[in-house]
Amino acid sequence: MTAPLVIFFVLAALALFGAVSLILQKHPIHSALSLIVVMVALAGLYLLMGAEFVAAVQIIVYGGAIMVLFVFVIMLLNAGVEEHTSISKLAGVPGLALVVALAGFVAATVAKSGAGVQAASQTGALSSTRGISEMVFKDFVYPFELTSFLILVAILGATVLAQREKS
Amino acid sequence: MVPTNYYVILSAILFGLGVFAFIFKRNIITIFMSIELMLNAVNLAFVAFSQALGKLDGQVFVLFVIVVAAAEAAVGLGIIILIARNRQTLNVERVDLLKL
Repeated sequence: MTAPLVIFFVLAALALFGAVSLILQKHPIHSALSLIVVMVALAGLYLLMGAEFVAAVQIIVYGGAIMVLFVFVIMLLNAGVEEHTSISKLAGVPGLALVVALAGFVAATVAKSGAGVQAASQTGALSSTRGISEMVFKDFVYPFELTSFLILVAILGATVLAQREKS
Repeated sequence: MVPTNYYVILSAILFGLGVFAFIFKRNIITIFMSIELMLNAVNLAFVAFSQALGKLDGQVFVLFVIVVAAAEAAVGLGIIILIARNRQTLNVERVDLLKL
């Protein structure tokens, strides 16, 4: 096995461990920490693929900003251990079967048809950060401006939702 | 060189785990986190195909997905705070006003 393959399997195992831990943990704060493990592992995979800008954004925005927001809300609401009723435990059985079917179907389709994609792989030919900035500000400049509007709407919405009503 | 298949299969498994967490968990914050897990799985597939095809479109899409996820987290957590304030619970089974 070559070195990138070993690194891939280590990071993939870490990501899967985090995802399974998110499901098994009872307390939301432990689930949040598990999700941070998944995100850091995915950032390592992006670095492995040569997408260093996406890896940095993943750590800063996802691992930093969004997860801090989650942890902050968990602390603010003083969320406790989640409670399961017998019906909700029963719902996990058909849910698990359907999810295994879904993931298996997607993975089988990919494994069957992926030969054409993996042939064209190349690395290092184009500097990804420079290329991304050129695409964002040339080809995708209209969607990029729209995202600023989206964030403005989200800020206003979050402020209106979370503010205390005047009595 | 890691084959693209491996990345996409890992992405499919992570997405499946996210769907299962979405169905199985009862805490509304954890359900929201499982949505983020699914978005991350899709991002992994985007970057893997971007690398395999030698084009950067996939990585630009990942940036847009991250922006939308940030906006979604802000609004969604605002809604969660409202639910917690009005219903005094975070369990989705107790938020059943529309149920017969």
